[in-house]
Amino acid sequence: MDSKTAILYLENVNVSFDGFQALNDLSLSIRPGEMRAIIGPNGAGKTTMMDVITGKTRPDSGRVLFNDVHNLARMDETDIATLGIGRKFQKPTEFENHTVNDNILLALSAGRGVWQTLFAETSARENERIDEVLHIIRLDAVRHNASANLSHGQKQWLEIGMLLAQDPKLLLVDEPVAGMTDSETSETARLLREIAEHHSVVVVEHDMDFVRDLDVEVTVLHEGAAIAEGSLDYVSKSERVIEVYLGR
Amino acid sequence: MIGRLIRGGFDRTSWIFLTVLFGVTLGVAILNLGPEPGSTMHLSTFVVSVLGKYLTYALLAISVDLVWGYCGVLSLGHGAFFALGGYAMGMHLMREIGPRGVYGNPILPDFMVFLDWQELPWFWLGFDMFWFAALMVIVVPGVLAFIFGWFAFRSRVTGVYLSIITQALTYALMLAFFRNDMGFGGNNGLTDFKDILGFSLQSDATRVGLLIASAVALAIGFMISKAVTASKLGKVLIAVRDAEHRTRFLGYRAENYKLMIWTLSACIAGVAGALYVPQVGIINPSEFAPANSIEIVIWVAIGGRGTLAGAALGAVLVNFGKTIFTGLFPEFWLFMLGGMFVLVTLFLPKGIIGFFVNLKEKWRASRPPQSMPQEGD
Amino acid sequence: MQKLVKSFFIVPALWTILWIASFSAVQAQDGFSQKVDAMVGANFTELTVQIDALATSGNARALPILEALSIGRLYYRKTDKKVVIAEKVKRKYRLLDPISGDVLAEGVSKRKLKKIRVNNKLRRALRATMGAMTLLSSDPETRLKAAQSVFKSGDAAALPTLEAAIVKETDPDIRTVLRQAHAVAILNSTRSDDDKRAAFAILEERGDRDALSVVTAAARTATGDLKLLADETVTTIEETLELWNAAQNIWYGLSLGSVLLLAAIGLAITFGVMGVINMAHGEMVMLGAYTTFMVQDVIRNHAPELFDASLAIALPLAFLVAGGVGVAIERGVIRFLYGRPLETLLATWGLSLVLQQTVRSIFGPTNREVGTPEFMSGAFQLGQLTITYNRLWILAFALVVMVALMLLLKYTPMGLQMRAVTQNRKMAGAMGIRTNWVDAATFGLGSGIAGIAGVALSQIDNVSPNLGQTYIIDSFMVVVFGGVGNLWGTLVGAMTLGIANKFLEPFAGAVLAKVFVLIFIILFIQKRPRGLFALKGRAVES
Repeated sequence: MDSKTAILYLENVNVSFDGFQALNDLSLSIRPGEMRAIIGPNGAGKTTMMDVITGKTRPDSGRVLFNDVHNLARMDETDIATLGIGRKFQKPTEFENHTVNDNILLALSAGRGVWQTLFAETSARENERIDEVLHIIRLDAVRHNASANLSHGQKQWLEIGMLLAQDPKLLLVDEPVAGMTDSETSETARLLREIAEHHSVVVVEHDMDFVRDLDVEVTVLHEGAAIAEGSLDYVSKSERVIEVYLGR
Repeated sequence: MIGRLIRGGFDRTSWIFLTVLFGVTLGVAILNLGPEPGSTMHLSTFVVSVLGKYLTYALLAISVDLVWGYCGVLSLGHGAFFALGGYAMGMHLMREIGPRGVYGNPILPDFMVFLDWQELPWFWLGFDMFWFAALMVIVVPGVLAFIFGWFAFRSRVTGVYLSIITQALTYALMLAFFRNDMGFGGNNGLTDFKDILGFSLQSDATRVGLLIASAVALAIGFMISKAVTASKLGKVLIAVRDAEHRTRFLGYRAENYKLMIWTLSACIAGVAGALYVPQVGIINPSEFAPANSIEIVIWVAIGGRGTLAGAALGAVLVNFGKTIFTGLFPEFWLFMLGGMFVLVTLFLPKGIIGFFVNLKEKWRASRPPQSMPQEGD
Repeated sequence: MQKLVKSFFIVPALWTILWIASFSAVQAQDGFSQKVDAMVGANFTELTVQIDALATSGNARALPILEALSIGRLYYRKTDKKVVIAEKVKRKYRLLDPISGDVLAEGVSKRKLKKIRVNNKLRRALRATMGAMTLLSSDPETRLKAAQSVFKSGDAAALPTLEAAIVKETDPDIRTVLRQAHAVAILNSTRSDDDKRAAFAILEERGDRDALSVVTAAARTATGDLKLLADETVTTIEETLELWNAAQNIWYGLSLGSVLLLAAIGLAITFGVMGVINMAHGEMVMLGAYTTFMVQDVIRNHAPELFDASLAIALPLAFLVAGGVGVAIERGVIRFLYGRPLETLLATWGLSLVLQQTVRSIFGPTNREVGTPEFMSGAFQLGQLTITYNRLWILAFALVVMVALMLLLKYTPMGLQMRAVTQNRKMAGAMGIRTNWVDAATFGLGSGIAGIAGVALSQIDNVSPNLGQTYIIDSFMVVVFGGVGNLWGTLVGAMTLGIANKFLEPFAGAVLAKVFVLIFIILFIQKRPRGLFALKGRAVES
């Protein structure tokens, strides 16, 4: 597949930290509307890849294209977010001193300029949209609670809700079910599948049951490069993947 | 649009704040001007100018709270903006003296005659006009803050690094203003003011006028801060304070928000300085001392950061304590001030206001809720 | 005319001195006292003859008498016309015999005396005569001074004496100065161009500011080839001067840098390694300085012979005092504030105020005198550089402390634990390291180093309660500029800032230079928020 038909296209991306090669000629491409799971052992470069896509880390070399036109390697986080790439972090980082409602409000797509926000008034349409999102992530009941008081699972959902409110074209979801109970995990899988109906999604996850639950194409990262791609069943038969996961 | 913005700032604390502020100010004004001196009801002019000074400090504290409490930028250099506003006003008051100086030069202030300067430096031009000086009171600190902030926030200098370079900024300015060649009176600064807008600075009525002007400025500064922090922009600021990188990933340019609030805060500090100078009668480079700027932070911390009214309350309380204790036990004051820094950070992280809010919440929590909390304010 | 008069006095005087010097000059004591007494009532012309006679007498007392004459201390008693040297003691005069130097009388009133007056012309002549006389003194110190003063005056009339003195001189250093003085005198004389060329070469070798002014003056009057040579010499000397000037700036810069390094090195531990922002750091330096004061106070009163060892005794004590206070601060305040840097900043600032006021209450607000041991006072000359021993010791000391600290961090178990805890507190704890203990020890170490820095800084700075405040901003600048968590960075940062400051000073003045350096750092931090030697990586970003 070439860059023209991909919503996200990484080509020979390299990143190193003080001699440690975090990404090693990584190439990857995501089709519009696709949901892709990224798996790999610790230190495989999953989070660094997310950092590169969202502008947090600049690649040493390589191309990162969004919709074939925007070179993400040259843009900063804000510009990339404005383009329509949303990211959920591994550790929930919602705004603790704001209510659930305000967290969603801040994420809602609207003018991001200083003066626009100074004179902004929450419209009825925005309130409706907040209702909608809260309903999807099942947090209607705690709408006016400070988000700091939510449970861990609720915080993860709030993060996903904020992604939804942002209405990005591409969602990057980093370990959404870390620390969740089983029922929360399957609930989250359902939530993500629902979201994937209208968005392109990249999910990074350790939990194999969860990935199986998502039932999507999988890319396996190892030492900063993609070593296998395909359905979960297909990649788990790959010699190389078995070697990486089980060791020699 | 602006009307809505301002209405957004009026909540219960605003009303309490404004009522207390104007109640006390007008009370003091009336008790100073009304009863004859000597009567038991009479309040001395000393009280008037001390209160006036406190109010300018309160405004300064609000400006610091705006950046620290709402945006997480701990400025250890706000004294610089305060002093710059003060110098702008001081320059006007120097020009007002005219030929009444010791050397009787109608154009040059005494210190320039003393240094044998022949003509007014270019940056003193225009300060004979009050409107120009008043504009500079806001523009000079604002421009400096904008330039400094533009560099600092864009390159993402945060936390203690930012605090340290704000401290270096005010320190550098202090060193610079100590020099005679700078043209701001060097060591001695600007003093011996005679009158303001034609009113003698020695008269009680002018003093009361300045007190009321300070109260009005404080009220306006408070309301602007209140309106800004209650708007959606205020929510973004708090988001930036709590998780700056998260706001970037949501598409907000955190540096622009910081820059805007930083510059606004510097302008407010400048106004506070401008009102401070005619009431104390002098401005000199020691106002730039880093220790002064850190002291402002403790006013805010004691009152309660992120509450605006608390910052003002803290400024008045600490300075009241300072006036009392430096008079009674001068040796003791630094122990008290130092102790406050330690105790407040350890035991009262949300300040006095936060302490009472906590108490109230605990009291509420111990009783069954009577109604759901109202949405918004 | 003036010159003529001068040479009229000097030339015969000097030749006679030389002549006498080859004999032994003990005889004719009577003749000498007659010559002295002959000054009574002499007019200026007669006096010149008498001065000449005295100078050529070869008597050792001639010099003090002429000196007394030149500064108006030579009188005669009205009663017996005896010449005396008078010293003023409480409005009265003490009279000394000019020939023996013994005290003749005390408490003589002015009315009984008459001054032997000299005019300006005579005074100038006296000075030149005295200078030439001392060129041949038996004391090398005096000869050196005389040679230097002849270099300054550059009197052509002194040429013969100089030449004679050069022949006689055995001390090579003094001979060099004599040659240089000789060169100056030649340039001022009517000697041949070849002589003058040689003189230029000698002055070029000297190559300092004085040589430059002499050569520049000579270049103004010279003509033809000589003029070209003079101009060339001026350029060469100017270049030499520039080099020395740069060397001097570097030395001053290193010296300032070593002070900055000393002040910042403890901070590099507490702030750089631990990430704790300690605004009371300067007060630890101050405590070290006051410990030195206390140690010296005790030594002065009880064991003055130990004074030269006072700093060596103060070092461990200062480390313990400041380190102890540091541990107390860490255990009492800072450990509750880990992870809240801004609050730590405020709390430690408060502590700094308390410490300052405590010291002020105990020792008073004024400066305390800390003495300098013998081995640290004085200076030596390195080319055109004057290097004071105390600055040199401080530079060496700063480097030693730095190296010792690096070794400690790198090669001792304590250093290993410190690095482990700062890099991954949880992991270190899980491996059985008592992180609390390590925190306290690290903070104590940083504070203790600040204390021993105080011992060194007490030698060059005022020991007052405000001592620490003057260093706090500079130390933070050094650590931040050099790169947090990197001791090499602190070293390079301190030296760079020190040297930059000293190179800016000639153009901008001391205060403005400092302002420029501050502005530079403010801008630099914008460009490289993590300092010169920044660590890179994912761990750093969070």
